[in-house]
Amino acid sequence: MIQNLLRVEQFVESPTEKLKVMREAQNQSNGDLILKAHKPHISVRNLNVYLSKNHILKNVSLDIPDKAITCIIGPSGCGKTTLLKTFNRLLQNSLDVRIEGDVLVDGENIHGKGVEVENIRKKMGLLSQRPCPLPMSIFDNIAYGPRIHGIRRKKTLNIMVEKYLKEAGLWDEVKDRLKSPATSLSIGQQQRLCLARGLAVKPEIILGDEATSALDPISSKKIEELFVKLKDQYSIVLVTHTLRQAKRIADHVVFMYLGEVVEAGSASEIFSNPKEKLTREYLDGYFS
Amino acid sequence: MAATLVIVISLFMIIVAILKRGLPAMSWDMVSKIPGGGFYIGKEGGLLNAIVGSLYIVIGSISLGLAFSLPIVLYLNLYLPEKSRLAQFTRLSFDVLFGIPSIVYGAFGFTLMVYLGLRSSLLAGILTVTILIIPILIRSIDEVMRRVPKEMKDAALSLGATRSEIIKPILRQVAPGIVTAVLLSVGRGIGDAASVLFTAGYTDSIPTSLSQPVATLPLAIFFQLSSPIAEVQDRAYAAALILTVIVLLLSVAARIYSRKFSKNKI
Repeated sequence: MIQNLLRVEQFVESPTEKLKVMREAQNQSNGDLILKAHKPHISVRNLNVYLSKNHILKNVSLDIPDKAITCIIGPSGCGKTTLLKTFNRLLQNSLDVRIEGDVLVDGENIHGKGVEVENIRKKMGLLSQRPCPLPMSIFDNIAYGPRIHGIRRKKTLNIMVEKYLKEAGLWDEVKDRLKSPATSLSIGQQQRLCLARGLAVKPEIILGDEATSALDPISSKKIEELFVKLKDQYSIVLVTHTLRQAKRIADHVVFMYLGEVVEAGSASEIFSNPKEKLTREYLDGYFS
Repeated sequence: MAATLVIVISLFMIIVAILKRGLPAMSWDMVSKIPGGGFYIGKEGGLLNAIVGSLYIVIGSISLGLAFSLPIVLYLNLYLPEKSRLAQFTRLSFDVLFGIPSIVYGAFGFTLMVYLGLRSSLLAGILTVTILIIPILIRSIDEVMRRVPKEMKDAALSLGATRSEIIKPILRQVAPGIVTAVLLSVGRGIGDAASVLFTAGYTDSIPTSLSQPVATLPLAIFFQLSSPIAEVQDRAYAAALILTVIVLLLSVAARIYSRKFSKNKI
Protein backbone atom coordinates (compact mmCIF):
# COMPACT_ATOMS: atom_id res chain seq x y z
CA MET A 1 0.00 0.00 0.00
CA ILE A 2 2.81 2.38 0.80
CA GLN A 3 4.31 1.62 -2.56
CA ASN A 4 1.02 2.46 -4.23
CA LEU A 5 0.81 5.75 -2.43
CA LEU A 6 4.36 6.61 -3.36
CA ARG A 7 3.49 6.03 -6.98
CA VAL A 8 0.55 8.33 -6.59
CA GLU A 9 2.87 11.05 -5.33
CA GLN A 10 5.06 10.67 -8.35
CA PHE A 11 2.54 10.61 -11.17
CA VAL A 12 -0.49 12.60 -10.23
CA GLU A 13 -0.41 16.36 -10.17
CA SER A 14 -3.84 17.73 -9.28
CA PRO A 15 -5.03 17.24 -5.69
CA THR A 16 -8.51 15.96 -6.57
CA GLU A 17 -7.09 13.49 -9.03
CA LYS A 18 -4.63 12.43 -6.38
CA LEU A 19 -7.42 11.74 -3.91
CA LYS A 20 -9.26 9.61 -6.46
CA VAL A 21 -6.25 7.54 -7.34
CA MET A 22 -5.38 7.15 -3.67
CA ARG A 23 -8.83 5.80 -2.97
CA GLU A 24 -8.55 3.37 -5.82
CA ALA A 25 -5.21 2.17 -4.53
CA GLN A 26 -6.73 1.74 -1.13
CA ASN A 27 -9.63 -0.17 -2.57
CA GLN A 28 -7.40 -2.51 -4.47
CA SER A 29 -5.64 -3.50 -1.32
CA ASN A 30 -8.88 -4.26 0.44
CA GLY A 31 -11.64 -6.17 -1.31
CA ASP A 32 -14.29 -5.38 1.27
CA LEU A 33 -13.98 -1.71 0.54
CA ILE A 34 -14.88 -2.26 -3.09
CA LEU A 35 -18.04 -4.07 -2.04
CA LYS A 36 -18.98 -1.08 0.04
CA ALA A 37 -18.06 1.38 -2.68
CA HIS A 38 -20.65 -0.22 -4.98
CA LYS A 39 -24.00 0.13 -3.33
CA PRO A 40 -25.98 -3.09 -3.57
CA HIS A 41 -28.49 -3.27 -6.37
CA ILE A 42 -30.05 -6.54 -5.34
CA SER A 43 -30.00 -7.61 -1.71
CA VAL A 44 -30.99 -11.09 -0.76
CA ARG A 45 -31.83 -11.71 2.87
CA ASN A 46 -32.33 -15.18 4.37
CA LEU A 47 -33.76 -16.57 1.18
CA ASN A 48 -35.08 -20.11 1.31
CA VAL A 49 -36.55 -21.77 -1.74
CA TYR A 50 -38.29 -25.12 -1.78
CA LEU A 51 -39.25 -26.94 -4.95
CA SER A 52 -41.89 -29.46 -3.94
CA LYS A 53 -40.07 -31.07 -0.99
CA ASN A 54 -36.52 -30.21 -1.95
CA HIS A 55 -34.80 -27.42 -0.11
CA ILE A 56 -33.00 -25.78 -3.03
CA LEU A 57 -31.71 -22.52 -1.59
CA LYS A 58 -30.69 -22.55 2.04
CA ASN A 59 -30.71 -19.29 3.91
CA VAL A 60 -29.01 -17.30 1.20
CA SER A 61 -27.97 -13.75 2.05
CA LEU A 62 -26.14 -11.80 -0.56
CA ASP A 63 -25.55 -8.37 -2.04
CA ILE A 64 -25.28 -7.88 -5.77
CA PRO A 65 -23.34 -4.67 -6.36
CA ASP A 66 -24.48 -1.96 -8.71
CA LYS A 67 -22.80 -1.46 -12.11
CA ALA A 68 -20.43 -4.38 -11.94
CA ILE A 69 -20.25 -7.97 -13.10
CA THR A 70 -21.09 -10.51 -10.44
CA CYS A 71 -20.44 -14.12 -11.34
CA ILE A 72 -22.19 -16.88 -9.46
CA ILE A 73 -20.05 -20.00 -9.65
CA GLY A 74 -20.46 -23.46 -8.25
CA PRO A 75 -20.97 -27.06 -9.28
CA SER A 76 -24.11 -28.19 -11.14
CA GLY A 77 -27.25 -28.41 -9.12
CA CYS A 78 -26.09 -26.02 -6.44
CA GLY A 79 -28.98 -23.62 -6.97
CA LYS A 80 -27.32 -20.96 -9.11
CA THR A 81 -30.06 -20.85 -11.72
CA THR A 82 -32.78 -21.06 -9.09
CA LEU A 83 -31.27 -18.03 -7.38
CA LEU A 84 -31.20 -16.15 -10.67
CA LYS A 85 -34.80 -17.03 -11.45
CA THR A 86 -35.89 -15.85 -8.02
CA PHE A 87 -34.60 -12.40 -8.89
CA ASN A 88 -37.13 -11.85 -11.66
CA ARG A 89 -39.81 -14.07 -10.12
CA LEU A 90 -39.83 -16.53 -12.99
CA LEU A 91 -39.71 -19.36 -10.52
CA GLN A 92 -43.24 -18.76 -9.37
CA ASN A 93 -44.66 -20.00 -12.63
CA SER A 94 -44.21 -23.57 -11.54
CA LEU A 95 -46.35 -25.26 -8.99
CA ASP A 96 -45.00 -26.42 -5.64
CA VAL A 97 -42.61 -23.54 -5.14
CA ARG A 98 -42.26 -22.02 -1.72
CA ILE A 99 -40.15 -18.92 -1.30
CA GLU A 100 -39.25 -17.49 2.09
CA GLY A 101 -37.10 -14.50 2.84
CA ASP A 102 -36.57 -11.21 1.09
CA VAL A 103 -35.16 -10.15 -2.23
CA LEU A 104 -34.75 -6.39 -2.38
CA VAL A 105 -34.19 -4.65 -5.68
CA ASP A 106 -33.33 -0.99 -5.19
CA GLY A 107 -34.49 -1.47 -1.62
CA GLU A 108 -37.93 -2.70 -2.67
CA ASN A 109 -39.04 -6.19 -1.74
CA ILE A 110 -39.99 -7.93 -4.98
CA HIS A 111 -42.35 -10.27 -3.17
CA GLY A 112 -44.03 -7.39 -1.39
CA LYS A 113 -47.70 -6.60 -1.66
CA GLY A 114 -48.73 -4.38 -4.52
CA VAL A 115 -45.53 -5.05 -6.42
CA GLU A 116 -46.30 -5.72 -10.04
CA VAL A 117 -44.30 -8.65 -11.30
CA GLU A 118 -44.10 -7.11 -14.79
CA ASN A 119 -42.30 -4.07 -13.40
CA ILE A 120 -39.78 -6.27 -11.61
CA ARG A 121 -39.13 -8.27 -14.75
CA LYS A 122 -38.86 -5.15 -16.86
CA LYS A 123 -35.95 -4.08 -14.68
CA MET A 124 -34.02 -7.21 -15.58
CA GLY A 125 -33.01 -8.54 -18.94
CA LEU A 126 -32.67 -12.32 -18.92
CA LEU A 127 -30.26 -14.14 -21.17
CA SER A 128 -30.89 -17.85 -21.09
CA GLN A 129 -28.55 -20.73 -21.70
CA ARG A 130 -29.75 -21.30 -25.22
CA PRO A 131 -30.76 -18.25 -27.18
CA CYS A 132 -34.51 -18.21 -27.43
CA PRO A 133 -35.74 -15.80 -30.07
CA LEU A 134 -39.46 -15.21 -30.35
CA PRO A 135 -41.14 -16.61 -33.48
CA MET A 136 -40.95 -13.29 -35.29
CA SER A 137 -38.65 -11.30 -37.54
CA ILE A 138 -35.41 -9.82 -36.25
CA PHE A 139 -37.02 -6.40 -36.07
CA ASP A 140 -40.11 -7.61 -34.25
CA ASN A 141 -38.00 -9.48 -31.71
CA ILE A 142 -36.37 -6.25 -30.59
CA ALA A 143 -39.59 -4.26 -30.91
CA TYR A 144 -41.61 -6.79 -28.91
CA GLY A 145 -40.55 -5.40 -25.53
CA PRO A 146 -41.04 -1.72 -26.36
CA ARG A 147 -44.38 -2.56 -28.00
CA ILE A 148 -45.82 -4.30 -24.97
CA HIS A 149 -44.72 -1.34 -22.88
CA GLY A 150 -46.76 0.97 -25.04
CA ILE A 151 -44.43 2.27 -27.75
CA ARG A 152 -46.33 2.13 -31.03
CA ARG A 153 -44.78 4.79 -33.23
CA LYS A 154 -42.95 3.19 -36.12
CA LYS A 155 -40.29 5.90 -36.13
CA THR A 156 -39.45 5.48 -32.46
CA LEU A 157 -39.35 1.72 -32.86
CA ASN A 158 -36.99 2.02 -35.82
CA ILE A 159 -34.62 4.17 -33.81
CA MET A 160 -34.78 1.83 -30.82
CA VAL A 161 -34.19 -1.30 -32.86
CA GLU A 162 -31.14 0.23 -34.48
CA LYS A 163 -29.80 1.55 -31.18
CA TYR A 164 -30.03 -1.73 -29.30
CA LEU A 165 -28.83 -3.85 -32.19
CA LYS A 166 -25.79 -1.59 -32.30
CA GLU A 167 -25.36 -1.86 -28.57
CA ALA A 168 -25.33 -5.63 -28.88
CA GLY A 169 -22.90 -5.42 -31.79
CA LEU A 170 -25.29 -7.03 -34.24
CA TRP A 171 -26.45 -4.10 -36.36
CA ASP A 172 -23.88 -4.40 -39.12
CA GLU A 173 -24.61 -8.08 -39.56
CA VAL A 174 -28.39 -7.78 -39.80
CA LYS A 175 -29.22 -4.28 -40.97
CA ASP A 176 -30.11 -5.49 -44.47
CA ARG A 177 -32.39 -8.28 -43.32
CA LEU A 178 -34.36 -6.98 -40.39
CA LYS A 179 -37.49 -8.61 -41.80
CA SER A 180 -36.08 -12.11 -41.99
CA PRO A 181 -36.95 -14.63 -39.29
CA ALA A 182 -34.83 -14.49 -36.16
CA THR A 183 -34.10 -18.17 -36.61
CA SER A 184 -32.17 -17.44 -39.79
CA LEU A 185 -29.36 -16.11 -37.59
CA SER A 186 -26.56 -18.26 -36.23
CA ILE A 187 -26.73 -19.31 -32.59
CA GLY A 188 -24.16 -16.69 -31.57
CA GLN A 189 -26.04 -13.98 -33.41
CA GLN A 190 -29.29 -15.16 -31.86
CA GLN A 191 -27.81 -14.76 -28.41
CA ARG A 192 -26.76 -11.20 -29.20
CA LEU A 193 -30.25 -10.63 -30.58
CA CYS A 194 -31.68 -11.83 -27.29
CA LEU A 195 -29.34 -9.47 -25.46
CA ALA A 196 -30.47 -6.57 -27.64
CA ARG A 197 -34.09 -7.59 -27.07
CA GLY A 198 -33.50 -7.53 -23.33
CA LEU A 199 -31.77 -4.15 -23.48
CA ALA A 200 -34.66 -2.67 -25.46
CA VAL A 201 -36.93 -2.69 -22.40
CA LYS A 202 -34.34 -0.49 -20.67
CA PRO A 203 -33.48 -2.76 -17.77
CA GLU A 204 -31.10 -1.89 -14.95
CA ILE A 205 -29.89 -5.41 -14.42
CA ILE A 206 -28.81 -8.12 -16.84
CA LEU A 207 -29.20 -11.71 -15.71
CA GLY A 208 -27.23 -14.29 -17.63
CA ASP A 209 -27.93 -17.97 -17.06
CA GLU A 210 -24.84 -19.63 -18.50
CA ALA A 211 -25.37 -17.31 -21.41
CA THR A 212 -22.36 -18.48 -23.37
CA SER A 213 -22.41 -22.20 -22.70
CA ALA A 214 -24.18 -23.10 -25.95
CA LEU A 215 -22.02 -20.83 -28.07
CA ASP A 216 -18.81 -21.30 -30.02
CA PRO A 217 -15.65 -19.69 -28.61
CA ILE A 218 -15.77 -16.66 -30.87
CA SER A 219 -19.40 -15.91 -30.12
CA SER A 220 -18.74 -16.44 -26.41
CA LYS A 221 -15.91 -13.97 -26.58
CA LYS A 222 -18.16 -11.42 -28.26
CA ILE A 223 -20.79 -11.82 -25.57
CA GLU A 224 -18.17 -11.52 -22.83
CA GLU A 225 -16.81 -8.35 -24.38
CA LEU A 226 -20.34 -6.99 -24.51
CA PHE A 227 -20.81 -7.69 -20.81
CA VAL A 228 -17.61 -5.85 -19.99
CA LYS A 229 -18.69 -2.94 -22.16
CA LEU A 230 -22.16 -2.85 -20.64
CA LYS A 231 -21.17 -3.01 -17.00
CA ASP A 232 -20.86 0.77 -16.79
CA GLN A 233 -24.58 1.05 -17.39
CA TYR A 234 -26.01 -2.14 -15.98
CA SER A 235 -25.56 -4.41 -13.01
CA ILE A 236 -24.75 -7.78 -14.48
CA VAL A 237 -25.30 -11.11 -12.75
CA LEU A 238 -23.95 -14.15 -14.52
CA VAL A 239 -24.33 -17.76 -13.62
CA THR A 240 -21.39 -19.55 -15.09
CA HIS A 241 -19.90 -22.99 -15.21
CA THR A 242 -16.63 -21.86 -16.71
CA LEU A 243 -14.23 -20.69 -14.08
CA ARG A 244 -12.04 -19.15 -16.72
CA GLN A 245 -14.88 -16.96 -17.82
CA ALA A 246 -15.44 -15.77 -14.28
CA LYS A 247 -11.74 -15.05 -13.95
CA ARG A 248 -11.77 -13.04 -17.15
CA ILE A 249 -14.72 -10.78 -16.53
CA ALA A 250 -15.96 -10.95 -12.94
CA ASP A 251 -15.67 -8.03 -10.55
CA HIS A 252 -17.37 -9.98 -7.82
CA VAL A 253 -17.74 -13.66 -7.29
CA VAL A 254 -20.29 -15.67 -5.37
CA PHE A 255 -19.43 -19.30 -4.76
CA MET A 256 -22.36 -21.57 -4.05
CA TYR A 257 -22.41 -25.16 -2.97
CA LEU A 258 -25.48 -27.34 -2.34
CA GLY A 259 -27.81 -24.39 -2.08
CA GLU A 260 -25.70 -22.31 0.22
CA VAL A 261 -23.46 -19.34 -0.39
CA VAL A 262 -20.03 -20.47 0.73
CA GLU A 263 -18.13 -17.34 -0.06
CA ALA A 264 -18.74 -14.00 -1.72
CA GLY A 265 -16.43 -11.14 -2.37
CA SER A 266 -14.35 -9.32 -4.92
CA ALA A 267 -13.03 -11.45 -7.75
CA SER A 268 -9.39 -10.70 -7.07
CA GLU A 269 -9.76 -11.70 -3.46
CA ILE A 270 -11.62 -14.94 -4.05
CA PHE A 271 -9.45 -16.10 -6.90
CA SER A 272 -6.15 -15.24 -5.27
CA ASN A 273 -6.92 -15.83 -1.66
CA PRO A 274 -10.12 -17.75 -0.92
CA LYS A 275 -11.02 -17.86 2.73
CA GLU A 276 -12.95 -21.11 2.68
CA LYS A 277 -11.39 -24.49 2.11
CA LEU A 278 -14.32 -25.54 -0.10
CA THR A 279 -13.84 -22.56 -2.38
CA ARG A 280 -10.13 -23.31 -2.72
CA GLU A 281 -10.88 -26.94 -3.59
CA TYR A 282 -13.41 -25.91 -6.20
CA LEU A 283 -11.08 -23.38 -7.74
CA ASP A 284 -8.29 -25.93 -7.82
CA GLY A 285 -10.56 -28.31 -9.65
CA TYR A 286 -10.94 -30.99 -7.00
CA PHE A 287 -14.62 -31.11 -7.89
CA SER A 288 -16.78 -29.41 -10.45
CA MET B 1 -42.92 -50.54 -45.58
CA ALA B 2 -45.64 -53.14 -46.03
CA ALA B 3 -47.95 -51.06 -43.86
CA THR B 4 -47.31 -47.99 -46.00
CA LEU B 5 -48.10 -50.04 -49.05
CA VAL B 6 -51.42 -51.23 -47.58
CA ILE B 7 -52.41 -47.65 -46.77
CA VAL B 8 -51.41 -46.29 -50.15
CA ILE B 9 -53.18 -49.12 -51.96
CA SER B 10 -56.38 -48.62 -49.92
CA LEU B 11 -56.34 -44.89 -50.63
CA PHE B 12 -55.75 -45.62 -54.27
CA MET B 13 -58.61 -48.12 -54.39
CA ILE B 14 -61.03 -45.73 -52.71
CA ILE B 15 -60.16 -43.03 -55.19
CA VAL B 16 -60.52 -45.44 -58.12
CA ALA B 17 -63.92 -46.62 -56.88
CA ILE B 18 -65.20 -43.08 -56.47
CA LEU B 19 -63.82 -42.01 -59.80
CA LYS B 20 -65.10 -45.05 -61.66
CA ARG B 21 -68.71 -44.56 -60.64
CA GLY B 22 -68.71 -40.86 -59.87
CA LEU B 23 -66.95 -39.46 -62.88
CA PRO B 24 -69.54 -40.57 -65.47
CA ALA B 25 -72.25 -38.92 -63.38
CA MET B 26 -70.23 -35.73 -63.01
CA SER B 27 -71.19 -32.73 -65.06
CA TRP B 28 -71.04 -29.00 -64.73
CA ASP B 29 -74.70 -29.09 -63.75
CA MET B 30 -73.81 -31.28 -60.80
CA VAL B 31 -71.80 -28.51 -59.09
CA SER B 32 -73.66 -25.48 -60.40
CA LYS B 33 -77.36 -26.32 -60.08
CA ILE B 34 -79.69 -27.18 -57.26
CA PRO B 35 -81.90 -30.26 -57.74
CA GLY B 36 -84.69 -29.76 -60.21
CA GLY B 37 -87.98 -31.64 -60.13
CA GLY B 38 -87.35 -35.35 -60.45
CA PHE B 39 -83.65 -35.09 -59.61
CA TYR B 40 -83.95 -38.04 -57.30
CA ILE B 41 -85.34 -40.26 -60.02
CA GLY B 42 -82.48 -39.40 -62.32
CA LYS B 43 -83.67 -36.21 -64.00
CA GLU B 44 -81.96 -32.83 -64.28
CA GLY B 45 -80.41 -30.73 -61.52
CA GLY B 46 -77.31 -30.79 -59.38
CA LEU B 47 -75.89 -30.87 -55.88
CA LEU B 48 -75.17 -27.19 -55.35
CA ASN B 49 -77.53 -27.14 -52.37
CA ALA B 50 -75.48 -29.82 -50.61
CA ILE B 51 -72.12 -28.31 -51.56
CA VAL B 52 -73.06 -24.86 -50.29
CA GLY B 53 -74.81 -26.37 -47.27
CA SER B 54 -71.75 -28.39 -46.27
CA LEU B 55 -69.50 -25.36 -46.67
CA TYR B 56 -71.88 -23.23 -44.59
CA ILE B 57 -71.91 -25.81 -41.83
CA VAL B 58 -68.15 -26.30 -41.85
CA ILE B 59 -67.30 -22.59 -41.96
CA GLY B 60 -69.82 -21.83 -39.25
CA SER B 61 -68.75 -24.59 -36.93
CA ILE B 62 -65.00 -24.03 -37.43
CA SER B 63 -65.37 -20.35 -36.57
CA LEU B 64 -67.54 -21.10 -33.59
CA GLY B 65 -65.34 -24.03 -32.58
CA LEU B 66 -62.16 -21.93 -32.66
CA ALA B 67 -63.85 -19.19 -30.69
CA PHE B 68 -64.44 -21.73 -27.94
CA SER B 69 -61.33 -23.90 -28.21
CA LEU B 70 -58.60 -21.27 -28.40
CA PRO B 71 -59.49 -19.60 -25.09
CA ILE B 72 -59.81 -23.03 -23.45
CA VAL B 73 -56.41 -24.19 -24.73
CA LEU B 74 -54.75 -20.91 -23.78
CA TYR B 75 -56.26 -21.15 -20.33
CA LEU B 76 -55.05 -24.73 -19.93
CA ASN B 77 -51.53 -23.86 -20.98
CA LEU B 78 -50.91 -20.36 -19.72
CA TYR B 79 -53.15 -19.70 -16.79
CA LEU B 80 -53.30 -23.02 -15.03
CA PRO B 81 -50.07 -24.08 -13.31
CA GLU B 82 -48.17 -27.05 -14.67
CA LYS B 83 -49.51 -30.40 -13.51
CA SER B 84 -52.72 -28.77 -12.36
CA ARG B 85 -55.48 -31.21 -11.48
CA LEU B 86 -58.07 -29.15 -13.31
CA ALA B 87 -55.99 -29.20 -16.49
CA GLN B 88 -55.49 -32.95 -16.27
CA PHE B 89 -59.18 -33.50 -15.73
CA THR B 90 -60.10 -31.21 -18.62
CA ARG B 91 -57.73 -33.03 -20.96
CA LEU B 92 -59.16 -36.38 -19.93
CA SER B 93 -62.69 -35.11 -20.51
CA PHE B 94 -61.85 -33.94 -24.00
CA ASP B 95 -60.19 -37.25 -24.74
CA VAL B 96 -63.44 -38.99 -23.83
CA LEU B 97 -65.46 -36.55 -25.93
CA PHE B 98 -63.04 -37.18 -28.78
CA GLY B 99 -64.00 -40.83 -28.83
CA ILE B 100 -67.76 -40.45 -28.71
CA PRO B 101 -69.41 -41.54 -31.98
CA SER B 102 -70.96 -38.75 -33.98
CA ILE B 103 -74.44 -40.29 -33.95
CA VAL B 104 -74.44 -39.64 -30.21
CA TYR B 105 -73.61 -36.01 -30.89
CA GLY B 106 -76.42 -36.00 -33.42
CA ALA B 107 -78.87 -37.36 -30.85
CA PHE B 108 -77.57 -34.91 -28.27
CA GLY B 109 -77.89 -32.05 -30.74
CA PHE B 110 -81.41 -33.16 -31.50
CA THR B 111 -82.35 -33.13 -27.80
CA LEU B 112 -80.74 -29.73 -27.41
CA MET B 113 -82.62 -28.53 -30.47
CA VAL B 114 -85.96 -29.67 -29.12
CA TYR B 115 -85.14 -28.12 -25.76
CA LEU B 116 -84.26 -24.78 -27.38
CA GLY B 117 -87.34 -24.96 -29.58
CA LEU B 118 -85.32 -25.05 -32.78
CA ARG B 119 -86.32 -26.95 -35.87
CA SER B 120 -83.99 -28.79 -38.20
CA SER B 121 -81.93 -25.88 -39.39
CA LEU B 122 -78.55 -24.57 -40.42
CA LEU B 123 -78.08 -23.21 -36.89
CA ALA B 124 -78.81 -26.54 -35.25
CA GLY B 125 -76.47 -28.26 -37.70
CA ILE B 126 -73.69 -25.78 -37.03
CA LEU B 127 -74.12 -26.12 -33.27
CA THR B 128 -74.00 -29.91 -33.38
CA VAL B 129 -70.97 -30.07 -35.65
CA THR B 130 -69.29 -27.46 -33.42
CA ILE B 131 -69.77 -29.70 -30.40
CA LEU B 132 -68.43 -32.59 -32.46
CA ILE B 133 -65.24 -30.83 -33.51
CA ILE B 134 -64.40 -28.89 -30.34
CA PRO B 135 -62.66 -31.92 -28.75
CA ILE B 136 -60.63 -32.40 -31.95
CA LEU B 137 -59.63 -28.76 -32.08
CA ILE B 138 -58.79 -28.58 -28.39
CA ARG B 139 -56.79 -31.78 -28.17
CA SER B 140 -54.76 -31.14 -31.29
CA ILE B 141 -54.04 -27.47 -30.57
CA ASP B 142 -53.27 -28.39 -26.97
CA GLU B 143 -50.70 -30.93 -28.10
CA VAL B 144 -48.75 -28.36 -30.10
CA MET B 145 -49.13 -25.69 -27.46
CA ARG B 146 -47.65 -27.95 -24.83
CA ARG B 147 -44.61 -28.32 -27.03
CA VAL B 148 -43.93 -24.58 -27.07
CA PRO B 149 -40.55 -24.32 -25.35
CA LYS B 150 -40.79 -23.08 -21.80
CA GLU B 151 -37.79 -20.87 -22.50
CA MET B 152 -39.82 -19.00 -25.07
CA LYS B 153 -42.52 -18.18 -22.56
CA ASP B 154 -39.87 -17.25 -20.00
CA ALA B 155 -38.13 -15.04 -22.54
CA ALA B 156 -41.31 -13.12 -23.27
CA LEU B 157 -42.29 -12.95 -19.62
CA SER B 158 -38.89 -11.68 -18.57
CA LEU B 159 -39.31 -8.75 -20.92
CA GLY B 160 -42.14 -7.71 -18.66
CA ALA B 161 -44.98 -9.17 -20.70
CA THR B 162 -48.16 -10.11 -18.91
CA ARG B 163 -49.67 -13.51 -19.47
CA SER B 164 -52.13 -12.12 -21.98
CA GLU B 165 -49.31 -10.38 -23.83
CA ILE B 166 -47.39 -13.58 -24.43
CA ILE B 167 -50.38 -15.06 -26.25
CA LYS B 168 -49.38 -13.37 -29.49
CA PRO B 169 -45.91 -14.94 -29.86
CA ILE B 170 -47.27 -18.27 -28.68
CA LEU B 171 -50.03 -18.23 -31.28
CA ARG B 172 -47.46 -17.43 -33.92
CA GLN B 173 -45.45 -20.41 -32.81
CA VAL B 174 -48.41 -22.78 -32.89
CA ALA B 175 -50.06 -21.35 -36.03
CA PRO B 176 -49.12 -24.35 -38.20
CA GLY B 177 -50.55 -26.61 -35.49
CA ILE B 178 -53.79 -24.66 -35.51
CA VAL B 179 -53.98 -25.07 -39.28
CA THR B 180 -53.56 -28.83 -38.91
CA ALA B 181 -56.20 -28.93 -36.19
CA VAL B 182 -58.61 -26.98 -38.38
CA LEU B 183 -57.91 -29.36 -41.26
CA LEU B 184 -58.64 -32.39 -39.12
CA SER B 185 -61.87 -30.82 -37.95
CA VAL B 186 -62.90 -29.79 -41.45
CA GLY B 187 -62.35 -33.37 -42.57
CA ARG B 188 -64.44 -34.69 -39.74
CA GLY B 189 -67.10 -31.98 -39.87
CA ILE B 190 -67.68 -31.92 -43.62
CA GLY B 191 -67.83 -35.66 -43.96
CA ASP B 192 -69.98 -36.47 -41.00
CA ALA B 193 -73.50 -37.59 -41.81
CA ALA B 194 -74.71 -38.80 -38.44
CA SER B 195 -74.46 -35.52 -36.59
CA VAL B 196 -76.39 -33.57 -39.19
CA LEU B 197 -78.96 -36.26 -39.91
CA PHE B 198 -81.44 -35.11 -37.25
CA THR B 199 -80.26 -31.59 -36.81
CA ALA B 200 -79.64 -29.94 -40.16
CA GLY B 201 -82.43 -31.63 -42.07
CA TYR B 202 -82.31 -31.74 -45.84
CA THR B 203 -83.62 -29.44 -48.46
CA ASP B 204 -83.36 -28.88 -52.18
CA SER B 205 -82.78 -25.17 -51.86
CA ILE B 206 -79.89 -23.13 -50.52
CA PRO B 207 -80.80 -21.72 -47.10
CA THR B 208 -81.02 -17.96 -46.80
CA SER B 209 -81.17 -17.81 -43.03
CA LEU B 210 -79.88 -19.74 -40.04
CA SER B 211 -83.31 -21.05 -39.22
CA GLN B 212 -83.84 -22.86 -42.52
CA PRO B 213 -82.92 -26.48 -43.00
CA VAL B 214 -79.84 -27.22 -45.04
CA ALA B 215 -78.59 -30.03 -47.25
CA THR B 216 -75.16 -31.56 -46.76
CA LEU B 217 -72.94 -33.68 -48.99
CA PRO B 218 -72.74 -36.71 -46.69
CA LEU B 219 -76.52 -36.86 -46.53
CA ALA B 220 -76.72 -36.37 -50.28
CA ILE B 221 -74.53 -39.44 -50.61
CA PHE B 222 -76.58 -41.33 -48.04
CA PHE B 223 -79.98 -40.60 -49.58
CA GLN B 224 -78.95 -41.17 -53.17
CA LEU B 225 -77.09 -44.35 -52.39
CA SER B 226 -80.26 -45.75 -50.82
CA SER B 227 -82.09 -45.24 -54.08
CA PRO B 228 -82.83 -48.31 -56.25
CA ILE B 229 -82.10 -46.37 -59.44
CA ALA B 230 -78.54 -46.96 -60.71
CA GLU B 231 -78.25 -43.45 -62.12
CA VAL B 232 -79.05 -41.89 -58.79
CA GLN B 233 -76.58 -44.20 -57.07
CA ASP B 234 -73.89 -42.95 -59.43
CA ARG B 235 -74.75 -39.43 -58.40
CA ALA B 236 -73.94 -40.45 -54.84
CA TYR B 237 -70.45 -41.26 -56.04
CA ALA B 238 -70.33 -37.92 -57.78
CA ALA B 239 -71.19 -36.29 -54.46
CA ALA B 240 -68.45 -38.32 -52.80
CA LEU B 241 -66.04 -37.14 -55.47
CA ILE B 242 -67.00 -33.52 -54.86
CA LEU B 243 -66.55 -34.02 -51.12
CA THR B 244 -63.12 -35.54 -51.61
CA VAL B 245 -62.03 -32.76 -53.94
CA ILE B 246 -63.19 -30.09 -51.49
CA VAL B 247 -61.21 -31.67 -48.66
CA LEU B 248 -58.20 -32.05 -50.93
CA LEU B 249 -58.32 -28.42 -52.07
CA LEU B 250 -58.70 -27.20 -48.51
CA SER B 251 -55.72 -29.30 -47.40
CA VAL B 252 -53.48 -28.00 -50.14
CA ALA B 253 -54.53 -24.41 -49.54
CA ALA B 254 -54.00 -24.78 -45.81
CA ARG B 255 -50.54 -26.28 -46.30
CA ILE B 256 -49.46 -23.42 -48.53
CA TYR B 257 -50.89 -20.87 -46.16
CA SER B 258 -49.36 -22.57 -43.15
CA ARG B 259 -45.90 -22.62 -44.70
CA LYS B 260 -46.13 -18.91 -45.32
CA PHE B 261 -47.32 -18.40 -41.79
CA SER B 262 -44.69 -20.52 -40.11
CA LYS B 263 -41.57 -18.96 -41.56
CA ASN B 264 -40.79 -17.36 -38.22
CA LYS B 265 -41.39 -20.49 -36.20
CA ILE B 266 -38.48 -21.40 -33.96
